[in-house]
Amino acid sequence: MAGKVYDCMKKIGDVIIENKDFLTDLDREIGDADHGVNMARGFHAVEEKVPADLTDIGAFLKKTGMTLLSTVGGASGPLYGTAYMEAGKVAAGKETITADEFNEMLLAAIAGIQKRGKAVRGEKTMLDALIPAQETYAAKVAEGAGIVDALDAACEKAHEGIEFTKTIRATKGRASYLGDRSIGHQDPGATSATLTLEAIRDYLKSNS
Amino acid sequence: MVGLVIVSHSWKIAEGVVDLAQQMAGDYKGLRAAGGLEDGEIGTDAVRIMEAVRDADEGDGVVILADLGSGVMSAETAVEFLDGEVNVRIADAPIVEGAVAAAVEACAGSSMEEVIQAAEEAREMRKQ
Repeated sequence: MAGKVYDCMKKIGDVIIENKDFLTDLDREIGDADHGVNMARGFHAVEEKVPADLTDIGAFLKKTGMTLLSTVGGASGPLYGTAYMEAGKVAAGKETITADEFNEMLLAAIAGIQKRGKAVRGEKTMLDALIPAQETYAAKVAEGAGIVDALDAACEKAHEGIEFTKTIRATKGRASYLGDRSIGHQDPGATSATLTLEAIRDYLKSNS
Repeated sequence: MVGLVIVSHSWKIAEGVVDLAQQMAGDYKGLRAAGGLEDGEIGTDAVRIMEAVRDADEGDGVVILADLGSGVMSAETAVEFLDGEVNVRIADAPIVEGAVAAAVEACAGSSMEEVIQAAEEAREMRKQ
């Protein structure tokens, strides 16, 4: 993987922070109106606390996950925190990542989110964007695509996943209190997860 | 004695529940609040919860009571990070009534099992 892990995380943080109001507005419709505010607070803390010169990707992601856990505040704290930490375990001791290793990291992150949130696909959560994205990524890499092209296809699927969340009712999290009234709204978590994948893709595109 | 950690999105709720439970539990020293974020904002923080559990532990174990949503998720994360360092469990109980019942039980020197049971039975308390 070209580029540096700090710069890539900075890009993710910038995108999340730029979309703070958008994510919060989505969450106002079906939740507690804090997703954007919480995620932005978490990524401000990541920029502040995670050393830019930490080149071990595993150690970097572990520190990122721990920081998100203790600063985000809502359920996205333990969820994204666990996701980054689990991905970090796959990348422990590595300073570069291959396309295959990135797939392993995605799988580990998704497994972490499933374990922490006790959710499965189809419950109007970030998993509805991440799981199809990972599946497509893995298929593209298996066909010989490079990491950027595979991520391009994955991001497209993640967007379809966001659209899918509009059609279903929430059964997890605050949105589940709304029952059928949650139908018609896109899931804020699926949206921030897609923004994250797009940020990684865009970073790699401009640095490879 | 068994320790008790009260987790809430709001530090005011966590501190208030500790005050209320303490009133019923005499000189019991095992109550800790882990509410809100470090800067006082609404939210839950797995690292703060983990520290509160360590602090509440006298060697007899710790029971966590958490409020809704990420309260439970952050508490579960803290339990996982402690990785057996402290014997800790999350009670499936209402936070106010459960904390009062658990504190009364804990200050009598009861086991962790008994403290959890007292907290969970508080769910059946009728108001009318």
